[in-house]
Amino acid sequence: MSENPKDTAVTTADAADGDILLKVTGLQKHFPIKKGLLQRQVGAVHAVDGLDFEVRKGETLGVVGESGCGKSTMGRLITRLLEPTGGKVEFEGKDITHLGVAGMRPLRRDVQMIFQDPYSSLNPRHTIGTIVGAPFKLQGVTPEGGIKKEVQRLLSVVGLNPEHYNRYPHEFSGGQRQRIGIARALALSPKLVVADEPVSALDVSIQAQVVNLLDDLQQELGLTYVIIAHDLSVVRHVSDRIAVMYLGKIVELADRDLLYTSPMHPYTKALMSAVPIPDPARKSAKSERILLKGDVPSPISPPSGCRFHTRCWKATEICKTTEPPLLELRPGQRVACHHPENFEDQQPQDTVLLSDAKAAAELVADEVLAESAETSAAVAEAVGKGDGAASGATAKEPAGESAEESEPAEATAEESGAASDESGEPETQAEDTPKKK
Amino acid sequence: MTELSKSGAAVGEPTAASPAPTAFLEVRDLKVHFPTDDGLVKSVDGLSFQLEKGKTLGIVGESGSGKSVTSLGIMGLHTAGQYGKRKAQISGEIWLDGTELLSADPDHVRKLRGRQMAMIFQDPLSALHPYYTIGQQIVEAYRIHHDVDKKTARRRAVEMLDRVGIPQPDKRVDNYPHEFSGGMRQRAMIAMSLVNNPELLIADEPTTALDVTVQAQILDLIRDLQKEFGSAVIIITHDLGVVAELADDLLVMYGGRCVERGPADKVFYEPRHPYTWGLLGSMPRLDREQQERLIPVKGSPPSLINVPSGCAFNPRCPYADIPKDNVTRTVRPELAEVGSKHWAACHMTREQRERIWAEEIAPKL
Repeated sequence: MSENPKDTAVTTADAADGDILLKVTGLQKHFPIKKGLLQRQVGAVHAVDGLDFEVRKGETLGVVGESGCGKSTMGRLITRLLEPTGGKVEFEGKDITHLGVAGMRPLRRDVQMIFQDPYSSLNPRHTIGTIVGAPFKLQGVTPEGGIKKEVQRLLSVVGLNPEHYNRYPHEFSGGQRQRIGIARALALSPKLVVADEPVSALDVSIQAQVVNLLDDLQQELGLTYVIIAHDLSVVRHVSDRIAVMYLGKIVELADRDLLYTSPMHPYTKALMSAVPIPDPARKSAKSERILLKGDVPSPISPPSGCRFHTRCWKATEICKTTEPPLLELRPGQRVACHHPENFEDQQPQDTVLLSDAKAAAELVADEVLAESAETSAAVAEAVGKGDGAASGATAKEPAGESAEESEPAEATAEESGAASDESGEPETQAEDTPKKK
Repeated sequence: MTELSKSGAAVGEPTAASPAPTAFLEVRDLKVHFPTDDGLVKSVDGLSFQLEKGKTLGIVGESGSGKSVTSLGIMGLHTAGQYGKRKAQISGEIWLDGTELLSADPDHVRKLRGRQMAMIFQDPLSALHPYYTIGQQIVEAYRIHHDVDKKTARRRAVEMLDRVGIPQPDKRVDNYPHEFSGGMRQRAMIAMSLVNNPELLIADEPTTALDVTVQAQILDLIRDLQKEFGSAVIIITHDLGVVAELADDLLVMYGGRCVERGPADKVFYEPRHPYTWGLLGSMPRLDREQQERLIPVKGSPPSLINVPSGCAFNPRCPYADIPKDNVTRTVRPELAEVGSKHWAACHMTREQRERIWAEEIAPKL
């Protein structure tokens, strides 16, 4: 097991241990890259690189991030379809990190997975009766009234016709197949269900059916979910708490409402602003959108320090050198950032922006920069007064009294406009930002 | 067919007889049917719309509603019958800038394709040739329509890559598609489709394969380029958020037909078809308070071989029993005007729909 000293600074929530179903500490998964005749290892993809979180009984934890951020690998690690390279996974207090196939078997009843693609996750040669009944046979469980009766009950629970017991997967539509996958996952009444992009392959109208079904099942059966998805609006709808991942790390882990009303990590903020809103009136309100420059760096050699510093518009020298710990800055909101949004700056002495950050700031509208400076100042003030209740409301603080504090941020942005001749960005995107007077 | 001839009440719909289109692009009663062993697949079954230069039309619908088939039909890409397969049956009229494309000489259409109309595909990795560099592919697209030497064409390719925001375009022009990231490939695709300054650009799910942050970049790019080039754009997507960002007009497709069409804000704020209500209710939205539950559309999309009789939406429509005499299950509704430049195909009266929208649907969204 590899040592992971930089992650020890994490403060864990003080939830009673009995409530915690799954606890993950310092979880790592590196996939080796082998080359040449001798298949020598030349490097590793740092798919998951030090995750700490816990899943409480009965809650839904949403995990979001862009493709390649390691969210699916994380799902496969906690269900132990993959063996972690480092760190620890505890399920109901039992360490399952390195259990073998036989050791995991009894636990497979309690942890189930729903897969993304309902076309490839069902065996086309088996009837759905066989598919949904397979967990009973594998676990040697005989349900009351026999397997067939139980399977038919499960089919009706997920909204399928029990008479379709003898049909094959190809006879069903995408949404129905996803229900079959859900029925199979529920067969052994698991405690934890990990759903990897459960609705992203489905049409909008069918998505809503499946989301509602997952919701109903949770209420009826008291399930605990970990839902992995890239669609932020779906995640908000289903989750109680949300973890935002970037390049193998959790950058923010917060209660849903806190995350959506006052995101602290700049990446979270950018991610949420990028979601297109189905409201034509907002077409012109482009200024709210934060465009990130470039692409996600390679997980083979992730950036030093904070992994987001190459694309962040607030990055300073410390971001490049020191990795920010995931700290609980506000009750229910853990963030790994030196210069969080909507909160007091963690490293106020470090104000010189990196040249990358200056280039990135060009893509961020002045209103957003000003607002962020304002709210940070407002929160700092509130914290200074010992007023702990500086919650989401501060995000809407009027501009009036904190206008002065917002000046420095504006000034730096202005400099960046003049000084960033090295920025490789096209003119169009620079034009998007309204010019300063 | 017989239902179509009954469409005397279809106000505002262009009749197929009038030959002089005023719009830049006008599609009239387009039908694309595919004969298969299981029966005739009516992918598009009588679609009409117009589009002006400088405007954006958004086509939304679920998978299998005929969105992509429509776009391929306009591009004239359905006639690939020379490989011994049964041909698609296409009828109707497509007028592009005064030329009717379906009856035109294929050689003439080939000259227009790429030059006057261009397309951006959903998956840039399969739309780009893996064996040629990005530059070679753009140069080819340019030289087919312009009589210039390779050097000039290459300069043009670099210029276009720069325009779509690819850093160091003079170096990246010699890269192969696999050396580009997903977002950059889509940018390269856009550069390729815009290299001849097309007047009509069709984007078929241009951002579906991309991450949300990259999607935002690409949508911004399409919007800016349209402003600059003044082209007409058709954007095809299943994501109402994307069309709300870009589209001036909206066309909602269901089962191969248009169920509602109108200015984007009308369709979003005063939708007049139960399917559009269903789409709006199915989406969790970031800009609203957390809904307790989504309001899904029950059932699944229809088979295009056996489209339900009457209104194709009737098996899924919660209001199918409101119109009298079981008319929803027997007579196919035609598009009828429900507001200024706003049409919907529904048997319920306008007043009924206005009331249902205002009292039952809108408050829950």
